[in-house]
Amino acid sequence: MTRKLLTGNGAAAWGARLSASDYIPAFPITPQTEIIETLAGWIDNSDLDARLVTLESEHSMITAAAAAASTGVRVFSATSSQGLLYGMEMLYTVAGWRSPFVLVNVSRGLASPITLGPDHNDIMAARDSGFLQIHCATCQEVLDSTLIAFRLAEHTRVRLPVIVNLDGFYLSFTREPVDIPDSKLARQYVGDYDAENIRFRASAPLSQAVAVLGGSPYSYFRYESHLAAQDSLEIYHEVTEEFNQLFGRQYDAIDCYRSDDADYVFVMMGSFATKAKEAVDQLRDTGFAIGLLRPRLMRPFPAQIFQQLLACKKGVAVIDQNLSMGMGGVLHSELAASLYGQAHAPPLLMSYIGGLGGRDISSEEFFEIASELRLSAEQGKTPPPRLLYTKTELREVRKLQAVAHVERQDLDEGNTHE
Amino acid sequence: MSELTYRRMKDLPSTHLLGTGTPMCAGCGGLNALHQIYDIIGEKSIFINAAGCMTLLSVYPFTPFRGSWLYTAMASAPAGAQGVRDALDVLLQKNRMSMQDDMQVVVLTGDGAAYGMGLSATSGAMERDLDFMYICYDNEGYGNTGQQYSGATPHAAMTATSRGPRGFPGFKKDLFSIWSAHKPAYVATVIGTEPLDLARKIEKARSLKGPRMIIALSPCPTGWDYDPQDSVTVGKLAVRTGVWPLKEYVDGKVVHTKVPHPRKPVEEYLKLQGRFSHLFEPQRDDALINEIQAKVGAYWEDVDS
Repeated sequence: MTRKLLTGNGAAAWGARLSASDYIPAFPITPQTEIIETLAGWIDNSDLDARLVTLESEHSMITAAAAAASTGVRVFSATSSQGLLYGMEMLYTVAGWRSPFVLVNVSRGLASPITLGPDHNDIMAARDSGFLQIHCATCQEVLDSTLIAFRLAEHTRVRLPVIVNLDGFYLSFTREPVDIPDSKLARQYVGDYDAENIRFRASAPLSQAVAVLGGSPYSYFRYESHLAAQDSLEIYHEVTEEFNQLFGRQYDAIDCYRSDDADYVFVMMGSFATKAKEAVDQLRDTGFAIGLLRPRLMRPFPAQIFQQLLACKKGVAVIDQNLSMGMGGVLHSELAASLYGQAHAPPLLMSYIGGLGGRDISSEEFFEIASELRLSAEQGKTPPPRLLYTKTELREVRKLQAVAHVERQDLDEGNTHE
Repeated sequence: MSELTYRRMKDLPSTHLLGTGTPMCAGCGGLNALHQIYDIIGEKSIFINAAGCMTLLSVYPFTPFRGSWLYTAMASAPAGAQGVRDALDVLLQKNRMSMQDDMQVVVLTGDGAAYGMGLSATSGAMERDLDFMYICYDNEGYGNTGQQYSGATPHAAMTATSRGPRGFPGFKKDLFSIWSAHKPAYVATVIGTEPLDLARKIEKARSLKGPRMIIALSPCPTGWDYDPQDSVTVGKLAVRTGVWPLKEYVDGKVVHTKVPHPRKPVEEYLKLQGRFSHLFEPQRDDALINEIQAKVGAYWEDVDS
């Protein structure tokens, strides 16, 4: 084991390297590109015995990834944002091939307007695709989750592709100290890829991904994937437990922070949850019994674990770094669906939207959420969802609008800038 | 084996590999070509398919193929071929698979995918010098959805989305030249009604490495509106009138493999097909017929010069 300063992208590349990936179909996109550049460099220097091929799109990249996995090699790939959406048809398609591989997504806000800052709308769009999803909050977690993802994807009871998600910029370009596992131990943990019965060989012809006629066989195969995804929660426990025994780091399906004895709980995903952690500490110092739950798994959704962890809490605030237009936060909806009608479910489940396109969430905002949470619990009323935005931000946007307005007026009046 | 294996009709394979009873239409010119192609490629192959009529060849739990099959999506069959070929190469290189388990990787798509949505993925596969074969069965329209016009539709053809008195206003895209511009190992046009020419070309393609690209004009009774029993006649006329030039691109040169001489008038080909009936009824549209004839004439003048 060596300890090194790594970016989230570097950590993802190390995950692919330590898993002995055979094949890496690639396509560049900010802020993911460093991953494939790193891997390409290692291949050029013979540090990694793999084949990297740059396709002409993410749609092709995901097709090639799954086709290679179906032929019996271990496949790693990476993308981000618009790229994930460009490949969306194939995400849904290849999940049904039941050919395991690992795809890292570096989360970035979606157009329009086009931006580079992170949020989770890209990865949430893949929510129903059949890919499992592991969400990371630290660079260490990115590396470790990549190893875990291969074990999970390739497990005989799962055999579904897995996305490991990290936030653009905040993780992708931030250096943190990372323990790089010993390569032999990592190989031992991940094991060899056994394609089992899904592999193309001249001596054993196979038809994959064929058409079905009618809803009955269609439903059967769709249900099978769903049941495998549900089953994968148990497998996740197994493979993370084994990971902990070998490497001494525990990755529960939900990361709990000071939540055991808490009356109130923040729920957040990804690296922005580390901001909530700090706010929890500060609030605890003032005597506020609050904690944080951060789901690592989005698919399968750890509904039962949430039910247990949130039982008898006075109130929950879900802070979504995504926005489903016309509805609100996706995680909030998922949690509401998981808790509704359950005995001892918290009576209050509040919704906040924040961190879109990398917009910061300040400590003050967490404090505000916390006091709103307590007040609402006391009053027994759930306030409507809130879109986090400060007066200062609004003033800054008004300034931009004023400039745009003046420029437009100038153009309309036929003035030229000379 | 070489292309010289097939000198006479009796040299053609007598064992037929592709199973029967598929849901393709009666008289399908694409299936006719595929039968002959498969006999030569053989069962040590994997067909990577894009959305189109032939997606329905393999419907769970049946397939007419003796080898493997992978359905992808409309746009990315060549990328599927890339993944399979690369994986086979990795397995061979790392001694995780025996040479006997290697196979020909063959993309099978219609003209909708080949001329349009899948062109970028095909271009990418050629630029990466992927070792694969591409079979495009070209029935000159989006046939599986009821023959709407595609990039492969010829001028003046009536389709489900060009029902006006002059038919389709555009012109058939020159995919042969677009593919050849990539300088792949091989490009050829074939048609099921010229079995010897087809067999020689597929045999040649089989023996080469790199991208080997085949466009099979596929007379389509359903989409072109003629009686299925006339499929062979329509196919033969496509060649005899010079509408479908049989040619190949190899080593940087284009060679015509069967020059029709003398060329029959195009109207013999057109008048058999309902999609061109507006050129003859209710009254004859000489201007449009002459325009089509002139295009064909100009093509062959270029070839002869």
